[in-house]
Amino acid sequence: MATQASRAAGRLMISPAVILLFLWMIVPLGMTIYFSFLRYNLLIPGDNPLVGFENYQFFFTDPNFWPALINTLVLVLGVLLITTIGGILLALLLDQPMFGQGIVRVLVIAPFFVMPTVSALVWKNMFMNPVNGLFGWLATVFGLQPFDFLAQAPLFSIILIVAWQWLPFATLILLTALQSLDSEQLEAAEMDGAGPVSRFFHIMLPHLARAATVVILIQTIFLLSIFAEILVTTNGGPGNASTNLTYLVYSQSLLQYDVGLGSAGGVIAVILANIVAIFLMRMIGKNLET
Amino acid sequence: MARESTPQRKIVVTVIAWIIALAIFFPILWTILTSFKTEAQAIAIPPRFLNFDWTLANYVTVQERSNYFGHFMNSVIISLGSTILALAVAIPAAWSMAFVPGKRTKDVLMWMLSTKMMPAVGVLIPIYLLFRDWGLLDTRAGLIIVLMLMNLPIVVWMLYTYFKEIPGEILEAARMDGASLGKEILYVLTPMAVPGIASTLLLNIILAWNEAFWTLNLTTSNAAPLSTFIASYSSPEGLFYAKLSAASTLAIAPILILGWFSQKQLVRGLTFGAVK
Amino acid sequence: MGQIELKGVTKRFGDAEVIPPLDLQINDGEFVVFVGPSGCGKSTLLRLIAGLEDVSGGEIQIDGRNATAERPAQRGLAMVFQSYALYPHMSVRKNIAFPLKMAKMSQREIDAKVDNAAKVLNLSSYLDRRPGQLSGGQRQRVAIGRAIVRSPKAFLFDEPLSNLDAALRVNMRLEISELHNTLKTTMIYVTHDQVEAMTMADKIVVLQAGRIEQVGSPLDLYRHPKNRFVAGFIGSPKMNFIGGAEAAKYDAHEIGIRPEHIDVGTTGAWQGRVTVSEHLGSDTYLHVQTDYGIINVRADGEVALHHGDTVWLTPNAACIHRFDQSGNTL
Repeated sequence: MATQASRAAGRLMISPAVILLFLWMIVPLGMTIYFSFLRYNLLIPGDNPLVGFENYQFFFTDPNFWPALINTLVLVLGVLLITTIGGILLALLLDQPMFGQGIVRVLVIAPFFVMPTVSALVWKNMFMNPVNGLFGWLATVFGLQPFDFLAQAPLFSIILIVAWQWLPFATLILLTALQSLDSEQLEAAEMDGAGPVSRFFHIMLPHLARAATVVILIQTIFLLSIFAEILVTTNGGPGNASTNLTYLVYSQSLLQYDVGLGSAGGVIAVILANIVAIFLMRMIGKNLET
Repeated sequence: MARESTPQRKIVVTVIAWIIALAIFFPILWTILTSFKTEAQAIAIPPRFLNFDWTLANYVTVQERSNYFGHFMNSVIISLGSTILALAVAIPAAWSMAFVPGKRTKDVLMWMLSTKMMPAVGVLIPIYLLFRDWGLLDTRAGLIIVLMLMNLPIVVWMLYTYFKEIPGEILEAARMDGASLGKEILYVLTPMAVPGIASTLLLNIILAWNEAFWTLNLTTSNAAPLSTFIASYSSPEGLFYAKLSAASTLAIAPILILGWFSQKQLVRGLTFGAVK
Repeated sequence: MGQIELKGVTKRFGDAEVIPPLDLQINDGEFVVFVGPSGCGKSTLLRLIAGLEDVSGGEIQIDGRNATAERPAQRGLAMVFQSYALYPHMSVRKNIAFPLKMAKMSQREIDAKVDNAAKVLNLSSYLDRRPGQLSGGQRQRVAIGRAIVRSPKAFLFDEPLSNLDAALRVNMRLEISELHNTLKTTMIYVTHDQVEAMTMADKIVVLQAGRIEQVGSPLDLYRHPKNRFVAGFIGSPKMNFIGGAEAAKYDAHEIGIRPEHIDVGTTGAWQGRVTVSEHLGSDTYLHVQTDYGIINVRADGEVALHHGDTVWLTPNAACIHRFDQSGNTL
């Protein structure tokens, strides 16, 4: 409801944002798709002929591709498992009355604000290093052999680091959702004879389901493109043991200068992310209507 | 929950919660403590918790060896610059969507969101090549542009959800009172939306400060913000724990403080208003 | 001057025509009330006059000048919104001064006008407060103050009392009426409450589905409703309607009789049983079950009738309204 004049002003005001985002996403994405059909290596001068699906063929038959895809999925699922379950338990705990609730909350949330390169390096050197790290020292205290996390279980170690970063996010969102639960609903359930356990399963968990879905979807978007943590800890190694799709594309294009191949990988990463994005968008879109 | 719990229960909950919270916070605490140790004490076995000689030497060394302050300023300029630019573009856009919605508004919003879902790696190569050709690699301007565009959808969305809560009648009143569109936004909308704009600003600064894909790929030295600079410690130099800790502490301290202030808005911003 | 004329004004939202072509003449100094059930288009009509919505067709004239294409502020009208629409971040003084500041008036003039308006509206001691620190009635007065200082050609009120509690509503109603008597400026007032319309208006415009059902003075509408809709909408408690054979006796498709025009006695035309009796002291409202359905009766003073009592009702023949098949008054 408005006048012609204000509608025109509205269109004018929204256009910079729309145009900028269009240029930012659609144009480079179009270029990536175009590059993915070219034989294009920055080290080999000359023409960049169209080669059809050759890059995709190379990418799929690259011995690193399937491990990278599996690593990507393991990384995402592992972190999701830890953060969602841990997040629900932590949220339930933090929702209880206690002394110093504000401080506890602040401490729990803190890891989310630590930049990825810092958290990865701190964990790598000061905790997971078998010689000087705290974990190594703890192992010797208990008479065990120190474990070289990043060499022997690189992917698992990265999952731990990333889960530490994202656990606060899950906790914070689930806690917010928990606190928005109408206490009259719980009281009504209690009047209806529901004990604490059935109250949790029949009232609280369904209420949390929505927030948990949001947590899972948003984290998935970010986790699919984990990069810095891998770069500063393992460089994708040893071998390809901790290379995910994002890192593979990076190494092929910016380390090996194969633009065509890297682009094909980029397109695959986009498709993978879009599968998740569709579900997320649908949820957010629904919310927009209410 | 409205009911009082028994004191015993409250104490048990408190103890468990504090143990878990301290465990989660421990890596940060340990980093801060280590930054005040000498290198020898930093790797001492058994570890020194508080029984060490407190020193500020690491902070001085970090600055002397690597122009730490320069990188810090890069982080400040890049995160502030990209945030302010994003707000300048997003405020009119959010105004438009919140107060003059059309049939397409919802689609535009969802489209903007979808650009955020695009993995950065999908556009890394063209952006890298274009920036190389335009001389934007390793420049603060280049990174400001990229981070501004990267966070623009979140900024628009957050502002949109805040603007939606301002009743349209107030803007109509301003229009009746003779305010032009510019004055309506300047004198009426913006002051009313200050809390929302402030939290959007805060969240965006946090995101830009911690960004570690574009910063790592598009900067090397001149324009490198702290996230790139710290990454250089992944080389053997990282074995100097005390210096790594000092550099890290300085890098995360400002954002930790900002972040604690913006907890509530964070939820809203990061979930695109799906959880409030 | 504040004469407003609508000529063939039409409003469509997409395909839906919310206001079919409509003509209306509002004279200078008149207190005009638009009344109708919710969704009847009364607020839309007000917003068209204000310029907050574009007309889809027709012309709006203000003081003989075509104002159809003018922006809201150019039309010289002031509006008081349902939610008051005060600027929460400005003090009361700044709120009232805002339109003057927009008109680039000098600070001295602004101060004088604001102080004057505050005196008229009893707001002088609240000028430095924020709207959030005021009660509902005070906020309402600030909104009116913001309208007054502009010396507008006409005031537009959009259901201004609906957010107030019942007691305050009666007070504010009187204050607005008094204000109209002092200022003698044209006022257009939108409400769904027919009591507000009856008590305040010089001229009532009854709307239904975007169409004007009838225009006239309050008593005119009460005594001579043009159709069944107006008859049922104006007056409280509502008019009783009776159809069928009883109506045929009066040579009509349906007859209407107001509760206050029915006598209660031990003999009479219609027999019935009291289902509910509401004793207000000054009046007694009886809900009587008869062969023609429930009939509401308003009796003066205290009448000692209760649930289950049998009564006879006699309509005052002079006050019976007769309607034809399509609801028009015969």
